[in-house]
Amino acid sequence: MMTEIARLMPNVVSNWSEVVQSTGETIYMTIVSGIFAGIIGLILGIALVITQDGGILANKPVYQVLDKIVNLFRSIPFIILLAVIGPFTRLVVGTTIGTTGVLVPLIVGCAPFYARQVQNALLDVAPGIIEAAESVGAGPWSLIFRVYLREGAPDLVRVSVVTIISLIGLTTMAGVVGGGGLGNLAVSVGYQRFENDITLFSTLLILIMVFLVQGIGDWIVKKISH
Amino acid sequence: MQPAIDLRHIDVTFHNKNKTVHAVQDVSLEVEPGDIYGIVGYSGAGKSTLVRVINMLQKPTSGQVIVNGHNMETLKAKELRAARRKIGMIFQHFNLMNERTIAANVAFPLQDGPLSKQERHEKVAKLLELVELSDKANSYPSQLSGGQKQRVAIARALANDPEILISDEATSALDPKTTLSILKLLQSLNQRLGLTVVLITHEMDAVKEVCNKVAVMENGRIIERGSLLELFSHPKEKLTRDFIETSTQINQALPKILAQDNIKHLQPGQVLVKLAYQGANTDEPLISGLYQHYEVAANILYGNIEILQQTPIGHLVVVLSGTPDHLDDALENLRTDQVTVEILKQPEEAHD
Ligand SMILES: Nc1ncnc2c1ncn2[C@@H]1O[C@H](COP(=O)(O)OP(=O)(O)OP(=O)(O)O)[C@@H](O)[C@H]1O
Ligand SMILES: [Mg+2]
Repeated sequence: MMTEIARLMPNVVSNWSEVVQSTGETIYMTIVSGIFAGIIGLILGIALVITQDGGILANKPVYQVLDKIVNLFRSIPFIILLAVIGPFTRLVVGTTIGTTGVLVPLIVGCAPFYARQVQNALLDVAPGIIEAAESVGAGPWSLIFRVYLREGAPDLVRVSVVTIISLIGLTTMAGVVGGGGLGNLAVSVGYQRFENDITLFSTLLILIMVFLVQGIGDWIVKKISH
Repeated sequence: MQPAIDLRHIDVTFHNKNKTVHAVQDVSLEVEPGDIYGIVGYSGAGKSTLVRVINMLQKPTSGQVIVNGHNMETLKAKELRAARRKIGMIFQHFNLMNERTIAANVAFPLQDGPLSKQERHEKVAKLLELVELSDKANSYPSQLSGGQKQRVAIARALANDPEILISDEATSALDPKTTLSILKLLQSLNQRLGLTVVLITHEMDAVKEVCNKVAVMENGRIIERGSLLELFSHPKEKLTRDFIETSTQINQALPKILAQDNIKHLQPGQVLVKLAYQGANTDEPLISGLYQHYEVAANILYGNIEILQQTPIGHLVVVLSGTPDHLDDALENLRTDQVTVEILKQPEEAHD
């Protein structure tokens, strides 16, 4: 088995430690930025839903500002975002390069995307259900945590899966600022050194991650929706 | 006695883009404790908007909302939430939370309250028993029929022991038999718990079944109101009559009656009339009285008598025949006897 792989993908085997490290970097970037972008995006998404016209805490100025910010950051291509927010990144994590330096742009790039997804998921909760909860005296906290998030849970898992997958996609660009990861491995090792088997193997690993995330997500959705 | 609900000069105006909708216009309504107050009207009449004002799901543009003596508009957010707990509401589409079990749906309104977990549990069990759904406690809404879902919604609405229950088309999505069982449930809650009920519907049958008072809405206004008996036996507005007729099937019968040959060509001295009367007026036999006192013969073409609140309400379509003077006297007398007389057809002018 091992010899078979060694025959088909000689460079993968000879660069094995680099492959392991890159995989670790991708997982690290995805998880850390995913957690932060998830929290920020969730809060933003909820804020958008409750402040929008007809929301439970409708507030036009707040909504307008949040809406504009989300749109703005969603329109900036990630590769440009990496450069543009450099100073901010340095302020937050002390560096603009390496795996850590790429976390901030990943979060900034991903959170608005997730916020929109969360907003759409929560808007799918029937207004009648919100109204029924209001009619029995539920306050804003109760409406957010016991109604919106609870009723929207299956959809939230779905959009989280989409977001994590797109985040894995973003991490592949980390190489530009020396952030490593599988994207970097595929391009700067596999592609530029003509070690095609490494490119292929990196792609395979990314695909496995994507399918894994999708599979786990689908399983959770099935488990929690009624 | 202080009214349970006292709406004074309520206006609700919506501004949509460049359109202004006066959904509710100058509506005043008093609902007494223990009433089952029906509000009927066609789609868009403003019924939902009006009742949503009662628990401030809709803020009125102007007017006062006084529920159980509290002016709802001056309440602080927290007080308003407390006031809302005393006003249960049920909806056409049930609005249950799909991701919660039946028991959890019913428990939802209790979560912010003072009850301990154990007490909440017992309360939910009691409520489910009340709506006869104890065996569904651990099911999810998607596993229930429409009628069962509405029962859950009723249990939820009753969780905080409200004094008022608002039903916004709660039976509109249900079949007639299920509708009846839900209406009977509301009626028994009214009788056993003294619950005041506001029942919105566009089905007059539902009103007839349980309401003691009715208001008819059109274009944001209440155009007619009164006790069920009054309205049914002496409707004044055309719309009210339309609603009544949809429930007595008289309007289905009328075209057939009018198509009959002898009705198409009424003889001189004949007149086709519709009579509506209420039990108290009919101790004296109506039809035979006409003949005895006025020598006016009555040929009954259509009749519908139903019992509303233990009182018979009759609707008859009859051809009256007699001399012109006698006919006039007879009609006059019917009117003074509180029978509503509507002339449907008179013979065409003799053309000779
Ligand atoms: N939130 C809103 N914004 C704008 N217009 C509204 C709003 N709610 C209701 N309307 C309008 O107000 C009018 C009355 O609506 P409402 O829902 O009260 O009628 P209804 O009598 O309950 O009708 P239905 O029998 O169809 O439920 C309608 O013309 C409707 O379009
Ligand atoms: Mg309505």
